[in-house]
Amino acid sequence: MLELHDVHAYYGNIHALKGVSLTVDEGEVVTLIGSNGAGKSTTLKTISGLLRPRLGEVRFEDGVLNAVPPHQIVSLGISQSPEGRRVFPRMTVAENLEMGAFQRTADATLQEDFKRVYRLFPRLEERRSQRAGTLSGGEQQMLAIGRALMAKPRLLLLDEPSMGLAPVLVELIFDIIRTINQQGTTILLVEQNALMALGVAGRGYILQTGQIVLADSADRLRQNDDVRKAYLGG
Amino acid sequence: MDLEQFAVILSIGLFNGLIVALVAIGYTLVYGIIELINFAHGDVFMLGTLLTYFGLVAILPGFGVEASLISALALIPFIMVITAVINASIERVAYRPLRNAPRLAPLISAIGMSFILQNVGIILLGPSPKAVPSVLPNDPLIVMPGGRTLISLNEVVVGAVTIPLLLALAYFVTSTRQGKAMRATAQDREAAGLMGINVNRTISQTFLIGGALAGAAGFVVALFLGQAWWFFGFPFGLLAFTSAVLGGIGNITGAALGGIVLGLVKSISDFYIEARWTNVIVFSILIIVLVFRPTGLLGAKQAEGA
Ligand SMILES: Nc1ncnc2c1ncn2[C@@H]1O[C@H](COP(=O)(O)OP(=O)(O)OP(=O)(O)O)[C@@H](O)[C@H]1O
Ligand SMILES: [Mg+2]
Repeated sequence: MLELHDVHAYYGNIHALKGVSLTVDEGEVVTLIGSNGAGKSTTLKTISGLLRPRLGEVRFEDGVLNAVPPHQIVSLGISQSPEGRRVFPRMTVAENLEMGAFQRTADATLQEDFKRVYRLFPRLEERRSQRAGTLSGGEQQMLAIGRALMAKPRLLLLDEPSMGLAPVLVELIFDIIRTINQQGTTILLVEQNALMALGVAGRGYILQTGQIVLADSADRLRQNDDVRKAYLGG
Repeated sequence: MDLEQFAVILSIGLFNGLIVALVAIGYTLVYGIIELINFAHGDVFMLGTLLTYFGLVAILPGFGVEASLISALALIPFIMVITAVINASIERVAYRPLRNAPRLAPLISAIGMSFILQNVGIILLGPSPKAVPSVLPNDPLIVMPGGRTLISLNEVVVGAVTIPLLLALAYFVTSTRQGKAMRATAQDREAAGLMGINVNRTISQTFLIGGALAGAAGFVVALFLGQAWWFFGFPFGLLAFTSAVLGGIGNITGAALGGIVLGLVKSISDFYIEARWTNVIVFSILIIVLVFRPTGLLGAKQAEGA
């Protein structure tokens, strides 16, 4: 479904991705793990078109995304819940969700999708007229995920959905990620919480300073000594 | 103090303020979305006065139509379209290529565009103000007991042009899909792209709207003052920019209210102090706000459209 082939990306002169290759197949949850500054968010930005690969190729279902602008990538079926939530602070919860569905107004199933998001996150329904900037961190995270779902993506990119959340909420978010996947959405999950991420994902990639250093099934990554030392706290 | 006179001055200030508000919104919309002070905006407004002049003295007669209030009003949509396209073209050629450059670069580019437009004004209109055919009826509408006119018909025309535009803008920003996309892009451009919003198109659209409102304001001023002048961009731009800063730059409601306040300030200063001091007073307000309350009275970007 998604394939990155030897992708190099730069911020000015900073060589952030040094030949990243990875694949995500239909129906999977794949996780991308790495420490701060490894290039995880950069990888997602490159997939979403916010950053252009200088070398290499991003392919999505037989098409090359390298030069496709971000808004068209959304309409091809990829949406992202970015790092740090990035909700529109001075718009209401409902307006934020509406923006998530920006590419598909003519779609009669829009109301269904509002309901679907509100079922996943009942808290959002209670707060739908509240400005997003006044939500708690956890609520904003729910909104960011819900908003990305409103695009009805076939591939959902999640950048650190558990960041800064209390343990109970982390559990809840990961449950919801599992549910979303079971409802048929393929997921590429970026996480620092490697333990939880490897719990929902089938496969994982370990990213280190812009390069994939390990790729394996989630089970085997959990058993791997190096991975345990570096990302699972022993 | 002559209360009736004061009432007249307030009324003049209010109608002036509606015009200033139209221009101020153009500054605030653009600042809200790309954080650029569009120094050329006042000059786009000036082109509105220029187009009104040529519309009345050349285009209408060219079609064998007599210049009247009705035929003048028919010019508005054309003027708005032209100034909208000019403003969006300025963004396209002078600002967009510099979007990732240091912030000073587009600012200098904006000042350059301002000079270019002023020179276009000088070439087309000549160095001194041109008289615009007077088509506004000046009949008194509301006369006070002491005999002074509080509101005259020409002011009604000002209100009839500006108020619907302000309301239409408020509706657009709060309730339409494109208007919401504009607010989203102003709040977080990258996230807007991730939502499937075409960011470049949304920015162009913002310049189109700002330009259209400035064109309409230029039209009204040309008729109201009976003049078109290449230099108009400066005093009106200053008033409007100060209004936008006063209301909190980026804040649409703030810009509209700021415009009305500055319109009142101008008419009070014009009358009770002296017109030649008005720019000084406006500049002083601008500096005082920037020093003591840079986020404006309503706070920057607080209530976009709400
Ligand atoms: N906008 C930017 N400009 C310049 N350098 C950047 C920018 N964004 C990221 N980088 C650099 O690129 C590298 C990869 O950053 P990236 O954000 O992808 O890391 P990450 O793996 O997501 O880290 P984290 O876990 O902290 O979110 C880092 O060295 C970072 O400093
Ligand atoms: Mg990151």
